[in-house]
Amino acid sequence: MSIAVETDDELPVEGDYNFAYLDEQTKRMIRRAILKGIAIPGYQVPFAAREMPMPYGWGTGGVQVTAAILGKDDCLKMIDQGSDDTTNAVSLRSFFEKTAGIRTTYETSEATVIQTRHRIPEKPLTEDQVLVFQVPIPEPLRFLEPRETETRKMHALEDYGLMHVKLYEDIARNGHIATTYAYPVKVNDRYVMDPSPTPKFDNPKIDRMAALQLYGAGREKRIYAVPPYTEVKSLDFEDYPFEIQKFDKPCGLCGAENVYLDEVILDDRGGRMFVCSDSDHCEERRADGHLGPMAADPAAADIAGPTGKETAR
Amino acid sequence: MTSRDRNEPLLQVRNVTRYYGERIGCSNVSFDLWPGEVLAIVGESGSGKTTLLNCLSTRLAPTTGAIEYRMRDGAMRNLYQLGEAERRLLMRTDWGFVHQNAADGLRMNVSAGANVGERLMAVGERHYGNIRTSANDWLGRVEIAGDRIDDDPRSFSGGMRQRLQIARNLVTHPRLVFMDEPTGGLDVSVQARLLDLLRRLVADLGLSVVIVTHDLAVARLLSHRLMVMRQGDVIETGLTDQVLDDPREPYTQLLVSSILQV
Repeated sequence: MSIAVETDDELPVEGDYNFAYLDEQTKRMIRRAILKGIAIPGYQVPFAAREMPMPYGWGTGGVQVTAAILGKDDCLKMIDQGSDDTTNAVSLRSFFEKTAGIRTTYETSEATVIQTRHRIPEKPLTEDQVLVFQVPIPEPLRFLEPRETETRKMHALEDYGLMHVKLYEDIARNGHIATTYAYPVKVNDRYVMDPSPTPKFDNPKIDRMAALQLYGAGREKRIYAVPPYTEVKSLDFEDYPFEIQKFDKPCGLCGAENVYLDEVILDDRGGRMFVCSDSDHCEERRADGHLGPMAADPAAADIAGPTGKETAR
Repeated sequence: MTSRDRNEPLLQVRNVTRYYGERIGCSNVSFDLWPGEVLAIVGESGSGKTTLLNCLSTRLAPTTGAIEYRMRDGAMRNLYQLGEAERRLLMRTDWGFVHQNAADGLRMNVSAGANVGERLMAVGERHYGNIRTSANDWLGRVEIAGDRIDDDPRSFSGGMRQRLQIARNLVTHPRLVFMDEPTGGLDVSVQARLLDLLRRLVADLGLSVVIVTHDLAVARLLSHRLMVMRQGDVIETGLTDQVLDDPREPYTQLLVSSILQV
């Protein structure tokens, strides 16, 4: 992690924008919120989120956190739904290329800061990396308790019975815990936290992760954090333990198993395949010679794009 | 129940006064509530009944006065000197609160089973099967058919909602239950069944109850002791039958004589 603290003799380079778009006072305010969040794992720290040059829902919270922690030597990776080349990822990556002029990458292992929407990379992260999440609704209790005053009090008093009411309803209605994303977790045996809308498949990765995790919610103006190697437990019942999604097929392109797969519709005659949601992971495997059952399919070739490494600029 | 439990009050109320600005909500109320006792507070609208009930149940801080409660460990504690976490724990384990409007006391968007199970989950029950068994058991005890366990309270009739609310409150075996007009807004036959049910549950579980009502029939059926309030003051107290059969205060006489005899 490189929270760059500018000293007097090393002023930020002023171009058309201040380094990483935000002014230094704002970054300082956000860093304070981040530090507080790290000190109290899972606690939602209010912060004065700024208007960003992109709509709410595009990751304004994540962008502000990233802007506050970026240093000139950082290498940034942007993920949207596991992929590096979808609209949200491309736009935010070019935003930071323009405003911070830093290196960006598609490769998980090369990045020092990874901003993500929905997914955690399949490749385990390391201590030198920071994972920034874009969070739409940071309050896990919100759907059952609409009053902010009340949810804050519930967090303060560790009054979390309501969270299990939601899981109870799932089992009563569906026979199993049907929550598949934004699956509530308890951080460090204290705060219940919404791990942003990541699939619950990624919940085990949050537990004792080596990398620092920062969560930013721009519209709701909250920042929270999970420091490295913090225990994060997914809530469940004794007789209905937490389970992650299982896929009966491997990735159609690279043959990877035990990864999170996306369904891709190939044509209008019912053709479809399941491919790695983490596009960098899939490309890396194919470059290493792993081939899935659909890799030779001409329809699939379109989706796979040129094989081999595709490192952005 | 040990003899000590029976010989010491559960709730001690001393000189409780609540002002709303210049106006008086209730003034200078003192009484003791004993284990297993049902106390009714009666009076017309605006007499301060609900203000007093809210003060007792820690929902509204009194302006002056002290309310002490005997905790499970036997110690008397001043309710307003408890921490908020302790007070909440008390509210969801040792106490119950039955609202006049069932929608206020229920979660209308989750199933009946979850409504009953919520308190259990709040105090740490984490076994779905056990929660469901308790919920089923309690729905049975308040005469709600077992096949309604997964239905929303929204699909329940007024009487059923009220019974569900009672089940939800009693599932943690509280010692003290507050009721605010529990039969208000129900038609008379449903009222009669609810009263029967309440009377049975109160007797079976040995509950202490503070019940606020303007319906003297409810007080007559349920309560052992009666407090009559008027304009914020308690004007008469005594055994229910004694007060209703031989009212002393002119106001109580008026109240009793206002009931239609059929």
